Amino acid sequence: MTIPVQTDLLTKRYGDLTAVDRVSLAVRPGEVYGFLGPNGAGKTTTLRMLLGLVRPTSGTVRLFGHSLGTPGHLAQVGALIEGPGFYPYLSGRDNLRVLARYGGASQTRVEVVLDMVDLTARSRDRYGTYSLGMKQRLGVAAALLKDPRLLILDEPTNGLDPAGMADIRTLIRRLGASGCTVLLSSHLLGEVQQICDRVGVISRGRLVAENSVAELRGSASLWVVADPIDLAVARARSLLGDHRVHIDDGGLRVDVAGDRAAWINAELVDAGVAISELRVRERDLEQVFFELTDEGVSHVG
Amino acid sequence: MWGSVRAEMFKLVRRPATWLLLAVALVLGLTFTYLIPYAGYAGGTGGPRSGRGLAAILPAGLVGNSIGGLPVFLGAIALMLGVLIAGGEYGWGTWKTVLAQGPSRLTVYAGKLVAVAAATLALLLAMFASGAVTSAVIATVEKAPLHWPALGDLAIGLGAGWLIATMWAVLGVLLGVGMRGVALPIGLGLVWMLAVQNLLAVVAAPLLDWVAELQKGLPGPNAGSLAASLGATTDTPGVAHLVGGGQAAVVVAIYLVGFAAAGGLLLRSRDIL
Repeated sequence: MTIPVQTDLLTKRYGDLTAVDRVSLAVRPGEVYGFLGPNGAGKTTTLRMLLGLVRPTSGTVRLFGHSLGTPGHLAQVGALIEGPGFYPYLSGRDNLRVLARYGGASQTRVEVVLDMVDLTARSRDRYGTYSLGMKQRLGVAAALLKDPRLLILDEPTNGLDPAGMADIRTLIRRLGASGCTVLLSSHLLGEVQQICDRVGVISRGRLVAENSVAELRGSASLWVVADPIDLAVARARSLLGDHRVHIDDGGLRVDVAGDRAAWINAELVDAGVAISELRVRERDLEQVFFELTDEGVSHVG
Repeated sequence: MWGSVRAEMFKLVRRPATWLLLAVALVLGLTFTYLIPYAGYAGGTGGPRSGRGLAAILPAGLVGNSIGGLPVFLGAIALMLGVLIAGGEYGWGTWKTVLAQGPSRLTVYAGKLVAVAAATLALLLAMFASGAVTSAVIATVEKAPLHWPALGDLAIGLGAGWLIATMWAVLGVLLGVGMRGVALPIGLGLVWMLAVQNLLAVVAAPLLDWVAELQKGLPGPNAGSLAASLGATTDTPGVAHLVGGGQAAVVVAIYLVGFAAAGGLLLRSRDIL
């Protein structure tokens, strides 16, 4: 099957600044791919290059095997890039009707996508009167107009309330389940963790990691508060080896799967160790993100 | 291509600014071409066209009267329309939305040019129609003969006016694409049309021979010459017999093609930010 998105050494320079530096990523058919990076890391520039809005300095882009600028390049692609952009004097429905004409989508499809994003009731109102969340949903509707096989969404839940965010997440999952490939850029790492199969992390223009969410997060560990801790360390190391037992944050970190918690508990208690807390500790995507990008929370974007 | 044309026409027709510009063009055109000269004639107070009197505003002068404003103030309105059609896409961030649907940049651009040409044709038809009605009313009220221009003259006048208006509108498209917006292109375009052209003609050309020669190659003076050759009175700002009508038509057409090509090249080669 043709790969929906494939870039090879994709590079964009603005004078001396290299915004995107030799990025080679591949999005597989049917997966929901999360594209993460701090503000200014090159995410949106990369997405704009995929769509031909920004010309690469070097490197190649192929969408379903079609190179940039060839007639079929965007034939099966829908996109929402860097916030919605529509004509304020037209209604939401008329905006979509205009876009359907540009893209060759049917006018009946307009009603379908309005319904998908729950905008039918307000579709006759002027776009200029829409709330930020409604504008965002109209942007998603526009991306769905051509019933695309690849959906590129840049921060699709921006401006949505929690219910709206949940709706869009459900929609993305549903599209993914129906075989549509989704390339999702989001600053909400929890959101990416929930809905993405694989993740690419970009930092300072370079793709620093590309893997499944589970593999990026690594395996879980147990965290034990024990007394006396020296005895607990000695017993745990005798059972598992030195490399899997560490003193961490005033407790004991034991690198074993969560389903072995009861066994560890029993062994330590038998050795005369008092256990006051024992829980499974998993790295979340946020920790991985910070490790990969060396960014603080305030710079996430 | 046809889809882009339909989309552009839909946007153009639904946009309030389009109708506002058309209304302003008609009001200005009728006011300065017919109503003020007629008021001057009726009141016997003289004025710019008092020498020609009633004859200047009767149906026989329909062609010249309908296109006389195009070298300057109606041209400025056409330029604004062109800027709005192309430059508005930058302000609203709609280039990315449109291009993400799949059409090529040049397909969308071609659709815009067709919409511009349709809008300027509608403007010219409205100018001719409103001028015909107004001059006919004046002739009836004054019991003057209703002599209409020959159909061929009307067609040539309409074509020449359409050429001039489209040239200015496409310059507006070029400025909108070149400056990626609306406000600055309209401002600079109006400065050129209303101030610089006038200063060149009134101040610089009489003093400097090379400016006088240069004028013969500029779009405004050629538009004015084309209008003059078809009967527009030289009392109108920007209308003068600097070059022959045929040469003026060719120069205006060359500018039209040049502006369109330059806008297309810019749009095609630059990133959509």
